[in-house]
Amino acid sequence: MRYAMVIDTLKCVGCSDCVVACQTENNVPIGYCRDWITESVSGTYPTLELELKSERCNHCSSAPCVRCCPTGASHIVEGGIVKVTANECIGCGACIESCPYDARYQHPEGHVDKCTFCHHRLEKGQLPACVSVCPTKCMYFGDLDDPTSEVSQLLKSRKHKVLAPEAGTKPNVYYLIK
Amino acid sequence: MVNSRRSFIKISALGASGIALTPLAFSSINESTLSENLLAEGTKNLKRTATYCEVCFWKCAAWAYTDEEGNVKKLVGNENDPHCNGRLCPRGTGGVGMYNDKDRLKTPLIRKTIDGKETFVEASWDEALDLVASKFKGIKKKYGAESLGLLKHGCPGAHFNHLFRSFGSETDAEPAYAQCRGPRETGFALTFGSWVGSPEPTDIRDTKCLVLIGSHIGENMHNSQIQEMSDAIDNGATIITVDPRLSTAASKSDYWLPIKPSTDIALLLAWMHVLIYEDIYDKDYVERYGLGFDELKEHVKDFTPEWAYGITTIKPDQIRKTARAMGAASPAVIIHPGRHVVWYGDDTQRARAMAILNGLLGSWGRRGGFYFKEKIKIPDFPHPPYPEPKWGWKELAAKYPLADMGITTELIRASIPNKDNKYQIKAWMVAGTNLIQSIPDTKLLLEAIDALEFLVVIDTMPMDITGYADVILPECTYLERCDILRSATNREPSIALRVAATTPKYNTKPGSWIAREIGLRLGLDEYYNYENLKEVIEWQLEQLGSSLEEMKKIGVKKFPRKSGSMYITEGEHHEFGTQSGKVEFYSAELEELGFDPMPVYKSHDHPEQGFYRLNYGRSPMHTFSRTINNPNLNDLMDENKLWVNPKVARIEGLKNEQEVWLENQDGVISEFPIKVRVTERIRWDSVYMYHGFGQHNKKLSRAYGKGACDTQLITKISTDPIMGGSAMRGNFVKFITNNPHKDIEV
Repeated sequence: MRYAMVIDTLKCVGCSDCVVACQTENNVPIGYCRDWITESVSGTYPTLELELKSERCNHCSSAPCVRCCPTGASHIVEGGIVKVTANECIGCGACIESCPYDARYQHPEGHVDKCTFCHHRLEKGQLPACVSVCPTKCMYFGDLDDPTSEVSQLLKSRKHKVLAPEAGTKPNVYYLIK
Repeated sequence: MVNSRRSFIKISALGASGIALTPLAFSSINESTLSENLLAEGTKNLKRTATYCEVCFWKCAAWAYTDEEGNVKKLVGNENDPHCNGRLCPRGTGGVGMYNDKDRLKTPLIRKTIDGKETFVEASWDEALDLVASKFKGIKKKYGAESLGLLKHGCPGAHFNHLFRSFGSETDAEPAYAQCRGPRETGFALTFGSWVGSPEPTDIRDTKCLVLIGSHIGENMHNSQIQEMSDAIDNGATIITVDPRLSTAASKSDYWLPIKPSTDIALLLAWMHVLIYEDIYDKDYVERYGLGFDELKEHVKDFTPEWAYGITTIKPDQIRKTARAMGAASPAVIIHPGRHVVWYGDDTQRARAMAILNGLLGSWGRRGGFYFKEKIKIPDFPHPPYPEPKWGWKELAAKYPLADMGITTELIRASIPNKDNKYQIKAWMVAGTNLIQSIPDTKLLLEAIDALEFLVVIDTMPMDITGYADVILPECTYLERCDILRSATNREPSIALRVAATTPKYNTKPGSWIAREIGLRLGLDEYYNYENLKEVIEWQLEQLGSSLEEMKKIGVKKFPRKSGSMYITEGEHHEFGTQSGKVEFYSAELEELGFDPMPVYKSHDHPEQGFYRLNYGRSPMHTFSRTINNPNLNDLMDENKLWVNPKVARIEGLKNEQEVWLENQDGVISEFPIKVRVTERIRWDSVYMYHGFGQHNKKLSRAYGKGACDTQLITKISTDPIMGGSAMRGNFVKFITNNPHKDIEV
């Protein structure tokens, strides 16, 4: 099983609902976030392109954060989810430095924190909080090892990209584009 | 400086009697939640309670999840609710912040003069309510109950409306009409005989072509509309957006028409011209249901795309192409009526032009166009008939023949003593609306406030308006109270329940309790023939064939339609609600009233050299000014920025993130600076900012002084002569780079 998230940039309006839903679901302290919105504009008025998208940990198949963790706090669980065991984390910050997506932050209580694809919800058969709240329904979640899954089908039929492919981390968050 | 009787009191500046030192006798809330954050991930037993959101007017039904201590942890949309389909928007999800905000109003406050200085002093509920009741009685005795004005918004408005009607006053208004959507209701009613209403009955999910004119879906988070716009994108619908700014919606559109501001009617007329003269309108619909088509055809004869090009700067081939896209999609096409439509003073006419286009395309009452909405009437809890006031909002709005609701600005004018005033207002109750940010022309507003004999404000937060109150009554948030049943128009009627998910924090009370307590003190017992709102709701639900028990379990209950099909069936005889029963392309009603029977383009002012048109709008994370201090939402956006085109930035020597102050055409300078955001997304003749920022009350610790307040800079108002709307888009600003306030700081 390989969990993946597919985000349709043609539908995302950048409202940040995913950010608040993650905060309230995962008790992320105010002032921090596990996911965020980016906006990029190209062109000159009035010939313009605007891309809005929701970003987070890419749960890389080749995860530098896991490799560099000196205590094993950063680890990979079933489905390829990259997690941090808070009480094994010494807060050294090596993983934060190694991540090409800037997806990790130091929690005020000392340990490093990041997106878990809402592992606790998946265990109950629920979708990640960001996916289930999104008013534009631009986020999809599922198993890429299953060729019939919605995410596999979307990647088969639609043009897509990943972020920072040059980092060679084999990210598992995909963006559908024009 | 005029010496004001009613000086603005910044609540935080209080001395020992101030609320800052109040022992929180009624608070059982553990304010420190940080350490439990670590453990909380999905492990706690959370209880869910039915509610509906009060962060904006969409009122999505939701489940509030509380832990064992009664802390509201998260809010999730109710899956059965047509307003949200289980997905709240960021503000709804962030509603917990409204409950957790430590800056909330915590106890009743009364304005007193101590040592010659005006200040707020804490009061008990009895003390505060007794004072309100005695002032109301005094005003009624001296001037009549009609002299009590109610300015309101949202659910609290309903409770205080009943109080006012029972006491004999129908002098009420809300900014949601004259400062927001009024013109479109009048424009569509004149054409189709029906208000658009809220939520708008736009059949976006099934449309083939969605046309947005200054309507920025995606930045306005009107939940089900965003969801359906996504469906429309998935379905390959053509989206056409007319906006001087590359809005989010514009970026998702097949056609973005970057129009010169204030010229929309010219574009609309040219579209009519193309549809009619290229013969691509819905002929059957127009012949069967339309009235005055021949007059319209003659009227738009010369309004060619070439004519409109010179006015709108939109190229003729773009106008033709987009008109043809609409024609091809007809009748599954929506010219969206928009929501905040008070722009240039001829807004009813612009709304009429949009309605007429929908008529030509045959989209009203058609799949993929506009559906016929339906709602459930919630029965009134029995009470004696209201007394008949001698005058009220209707008399105040009399000079606008088609005003269908109270006009705030007329209530404001009638509150300023003047020998010519036939009707004089002497006191206000303000419930759930921050007038300082929602009403333009601050000078006039403050003049009225200063003249009032009494002002009571009900709110959950120390919004700017509370600083001018004589009495502040702190309402608990929607998560801590039972409220009226929600019934709103939709494809199928439904009701939604709101009961308290937890007990009120601090010494706050529900609006329904506050209204009833004032009512009892005014001797209106027979209008409050119940112990509490729960009793009313139980009775209403029983009448509707449900029960409180059932509603607590399901939150939302849908009912079958009774008014027939959502759409006109092929060839059906259909009577529209207009005077003629037809879709009125030509309005005899407007002509009789002395207005243009068909929309006409009239030129509006444009900014002079060095000035830029001030445009404003919504951000997806905030609602009006009420959410800026919400800790969760403030975390997403804590200040607004001034969008400036790179060319303008170069000419004016402005850099990204540079702080500037703005001065408008009347010499009014923004109180606070705003940071520049240099972006290609805005035209060179305009600047843009999100509304609701730049708040003046220091007690709002996160919102105070962050960004600039657009309302403060809107001093030139054009009033819509048809329905009384206050048009706000005719204000121009220039940049000031050195702090203009530094010499006068105290």
